Amino acid sequence: MNRSLVQSLGFALLGLLALVVVAPILLVIGTIVARGIVAINWEFLSTMPHGGMREGGILPAIVGTLLLTLGTALVAVPIGVGGAIYLSEYARDTRRTRAIRLAIVNLAGIPSIVYGLFGLGMFVLFFRFGTSILAGSLTLAIMTLPVIISTAEEALRAVPQEFRTVSASLGGSRWQAVQNIVLPQALPGIITGVILGLLRAAGETAPILFTVAAFYLPRLPSSPLDQTMALPYHLYVISTQVPGMPLSVQYGTALVLLALVLSLNVVATVIRSYFRRKRPW
Amino acid sequence: MVIEPENASVNAAFPKIRIEGLSYWYSGKSCLEGVTLDIPDRAISVLFGPAGGGKTTLMRLVNRLNDMVDDTQMTGRVLVDGEDIYAPGTDVSRLRRRVGMVFALPLPLPGTIRDNVLYGPRLAGERDAWRLSEIVERSLQQAALWVEVRDRLDAPALSLSGGQQQRLCIARSLALEPEVLLLDEPTSGLDPISTAKVEESLFELKSRYAVVLVPHSVQQAARVADFAAFFLSGELVERGAGPRVFTSPLDKRTEDYVTGRFG
Repeated sequence: MNRSLVQSLGFALLGLLALVVVAPILLVIGTIVARGIVAINWEFLSTMPHGGMREGGILPAIVGTLLLTLGTALVAVPIGVGGAIYLSEYARDTRRTRAIRLAIVNLAGIPSIVYGLFGLGMFVLFFRFGTSILAGSLTLAIMTLPVIISTAEEALRAVPQEFRTVSASLGGSRWQAVQNIVLPQALPGIITGVILGLLRAAGETAPILFTVAAFYLPRLPSSPLDQTMALPYHLYVISTQVPGMPLSVQYGTALVLLALVLSLNVVATVIRSYFRRKRPW
Repeated sequence: MVIEPENASVNAAFPKIRIEGLSYWYSGKSCLEGVTLDIPDRAISVLFGPAGGGKTTLMRLVNRLNDMVDDTQMTGRVLVDGEDIYAPGTDVSRLRRRVGMVFALPLPLPGTIRDNVLYGPRLAGERDAWRLSEIVERSLQQAALWVEVRDRLDAPALSLSGGQQQRLCIARSLALEPEVLLLDEPTSGLDPISTAKVEESLFELKSRYAVVLVPHSVQQAARVADFAAFFLSGELVERGAGPRVFTSPLDKRTEDYVTGRFG
């Protein structure tokens, strides 16, 4: 066999493997869109469910997921980005910071149902927030923190060390370097990490199971201490707990969740490329 | 170390910087060994010698940039205008505004030419628009860059050529009206024409500042030095008036280095 033939075969094989990665995604999206699109109409998106959730819309679940994602962001972004700035800009390599890093890595490896149970014990019961958006957001925030901290720290460390040295040589404090140079430079990477973390939070079921999600609550929440329906849990409920559920409603709900997550993804990409263009190199 | 009478003439004036018995270790490895050296005001002092001799370390100790490095040890004193800059309570930001530094590679900060020049003054709290525009013009003129960039102050700093970027970095340091300017091989990445321009601006600057230069070659050292100090493996081997050190070195090691026998 000559070399170019081997090379062609190699490329063909690698291409095939790449296709194996892409195929499931296309199949999932394709199936959900094909079967769910018939359920999507204005009523489905803008009204309360009724008739044992077999009829009507999924508005409270959509609003609930948006509120939970927002609540998660409000808690996780300041803590996560702040922690990342501390680890990358201030912390020296001591036993304490190594312990912090170890904790972050381990936090990332905890199964999401464990977060759910932790949130139940900590926020619902101990802090007496009850089953509420507050408790659910806090639980999701803790689950999201490791993703935000690690990606933000990586983005901060990718900013050349020389900038910090130059800033210091011009009389800048560490914080002035962070504020004026490091943070603006790292922002696209940080935003990407934040959105990836929030996407995961938006799609999770287990952490909200005991902390916020309502089985059936056909009204919109009016305070952070209210329960709410949420898309992933609603999907689980209508797929497993409600007999005689029209298949199109199940796929429709899945489609809405998917569209929400993917559109956030697009927003992340747009923000990132906007900042990249603004960057001078 | 060779001590000679002619030092008296160079250092007759009160020294701008006095380094006393300075030793420095990084991770337990010695970088400077008992260096004692006076640096005069309004002159170009050249610290030269082969790589790894401790010149850069010495410079970074004079504006306390090495504070940012972990696992180091220091003994001895560094005085600027007679004040111990390592004394407790020293305002390090103020010290670094008084002792400016230009690095081996041009390192423009993200942003425009104007942003770069004004980085230091803005951090120091200067807000007056008129004062700021005055600083931009004065600093760029002193760094011999004004004529080339005055029409495009809001262009990205990275749109400049390497030589222009390095002069921008000099202007950025000068914007703080420092008293001392430390330049660590500022022309190592530049072509001969840009190098000549930077050297020209050094001659301008020494009328106002104490200029300390780590040159990128012995030839450059000989061209610009009013005062020269030769470093080898962390030791100050010889020092004296610029021309003399290069034409008739007293120490055998200095002679070997300036005549190109090693290094």
